[in-house]
Amino acid sequence: MNSSEIRSLQRKAAEIRRLTVEEIAHLGIGHVGGSMSIVEVLVLLYYRHLKIDPRDPALETRDKFVMSKGHAGPALYAVLADKGFFPTAMLQTLNQGGTNLPSHCDMNRTPGIDMTTGSLGQGLSAAVGIALGHRLRKLPGRVFALIGDGDTNEGQTWEAAMSASMFGLGNLVAFTDYNKMQIDGPIDVIMKTDQLVDRWTSFGWFAQQVPGHDFAALDEALQKALAEEKRPSMIIADTIKGKDLPGIEGDYNNHNMPISAEQAEQLVASLRELEEASA
Amino acid sequence: MKWNITRPADPQPEEMRAVYGDVLTAIAAEDERIVVLDADLMKANGTLGFKKAYPERTFDVGVAEANMVGVAAGLSAVGLIPFPATFTCFAARRTFDQFFISANYARLNVKLTGTDPGVAAAFNGGTHMSFEDIGLMRTIPKIVICEPSDPVSLRKLLPEITFRYGSSYLRLHRKPITRIYDASETFELGRGKVLIDGEDLTIIAAGAILVAEAIKAAEKLDAEGISAAVIDMHTIKPIDEELVVQYARKTGAILTAENHQVRNGLGSAVAEVVTDQIPVPMVRVGILDEFGEVGTQEFLQERFGLTAENLVAQARELMNKKTRVGASPARSHA
Ligand SMILES: Cc1ncc(C[n+]2csc(CCOP(=O)(O)OP(=O)(O)O)c2C)c(N)n1
Ligand SMILES: [Mg+2]
Repeated sequence: MNSSEIRSLQRKAAEIRRLTVEEIAHLGIGHVGGSMSIVEVLVLLYYRHLKIDPRDPALETRDKFVMSKGHAGPALYAVLADKGFFPTAMLQTLNQGGTNLPSHCDMNRTPGIDMTTGSLGQGLSAAVGIALGHRLRKLPGRVFALIGDGDTNEGQTWEAAMSASMFGLGNLVAFTDYNKMQIDGPIDVIMKTDQLVDRWTSFGWFAQQVPGHDFAALDEALQKALAEEKRPSMIIADTIKGKDLPGIEGDYNNHNMPISAEQAEQLVASLRELEEASA
Repeated sequence: MKWNITRPADPQPEEMRAVYGDVLTAIAAEDERIVVLDADLMKANGTLGFKKAYPERTFDVGVAEANMVGVAAGLSAVGLIPFPATFTCFAARRTFDQFFISANYARLNVKLTGTDPGVAAAFNGGTHMSFEDIGLMRTIPKIVICEPSDPVSLRKLLPEITFRYGSSYLRLHRKPITRIYDASETFELGRGKVLIDGEDLTIIAAGAILVAEAIKAAEKLDAEGISAAVIDMHTIKPIDEELVVQYARKTGAILTAENHQVRNGLGSAVAEVVTDQIPVPMVRVGILDEFGEVGTQEFLQERFGLTAENLVAQARELMNKKTRVGASPARSHA
């Protein structure tokens, strides 16, 4: 990736953060922190790698994406809207009665969502099944998954890990949003989930760890993962919960938090500055 | 309308989760066996105060509910009284086998708590909305299932749950709820509370949302000249059979109201007693054959018919049913 490509992704990331803040601020409360930490991973996938067609979300041969930390739906909705899966105006309906954008991802309601999630620990198993299904049906699409580090506490995540390497799923690439935060506090204090490269490697995965807000590093790791044919890949992305939101970034109370109209205005202004800085 | 309880001198709302945490902390001061477990939802479940007071007796296992319940069973096996908590959806669905085998089948003493029942899950949406937790739990032999309707009954029933040996499921509304009872009221597990006496039909409700709606419905029905009794059935298992039979006989018609599916919840528990012992016309209000979805609690109450208005409409239906059936067999026996 050259520097102008990187700048354009950075600009897109700021734009997605802004759309997400506006989306959540419309109702005034939502999963802010965990939506912000994953933006670079989403932007890299959706604007550079995923083979998808927003006009044809049901296309069987396309790539698939499973958001195991389903509570970060708002960030993914902003991406899907921006890609054209549905009108951007729909973002304002987040979590309102009758909406097609519920707090947690729902494949029956939202065009472009490939798996229903929200009960943590279940996403990676579903991604394993989709990857197996693609292989069995000779579908060319790759399968991507994004799991949280708290999500990684669940035993099921490790059951999925065992099965993915056992079945030799070279068509599966997962990311861990390693923001080191769960709801009750820092991962290190609540349920230590560390040495992730060693853990995933010992479970038979090709594992790498990279700065998760750095497009060049993420892209390089992804290229290597995509070159793997016989093993599933895990990219542990070191991230910050609430990234790029002044006053919110890094605060462990930012999981599910209120955003006032005023606060939203300030956040939007500061994200617009970031957008312009990378223009 | 005839109130059968002393109305609270001071009906201000209290956060149910705060009451839960405070009561456990107070009991723990006297009893070293009390331990609290959580799965990354301590703030939501109101147990941070307990953790502050008794850090060595608090275990947050991270996002790992099945492990939490298994660990609780182990703690119970060596004489402790564990209180694991998570949202109702995960408490019931995700830990069901661990709770069934390690806690209940092993005849241990695990006090499982589920918070944010049914539509109270609001903005967390369908994945977090449990309309089936009572149904799952009710099929476990010998278990105690309790869903207090207000802070006073929670405060009184929690010590009873604590000291009655055996595993239990507390279905806890965590947000602020207005008091229904005066602080002097006494409670017994397995004994429903008659809140309002009546002649024409009986509304049997459980939980913070539906007991409040049932009271409102009885007021509206009273204005229409229909006299409805209201029972707070805080213990769903074992259900108060005597009280159900008594009011079936007295009023000849029963309406149940729950923040749960009508299948296998409170309504089913009441219907089992009624069909076995004293068949009278019944209507069950609750969620029909549907999954949950996202929205405000008010929106969802409307969406699923968990409102006083719907209870009134169903009560009218029930009165028609009662007339069609004629003088109820219950009454002719009486
Ligand atoms: C099975 C299950 N248990 C509990 C929850 C409630 N919950 C939602 S997010 C969360 C913490 C997740 O932490 P992490 O995966 O690190 O995501 P982040 O908060 O960093 O976005 C919890 C406990 C849930 N959604 N599913
Ligand atoms: Mg995290």
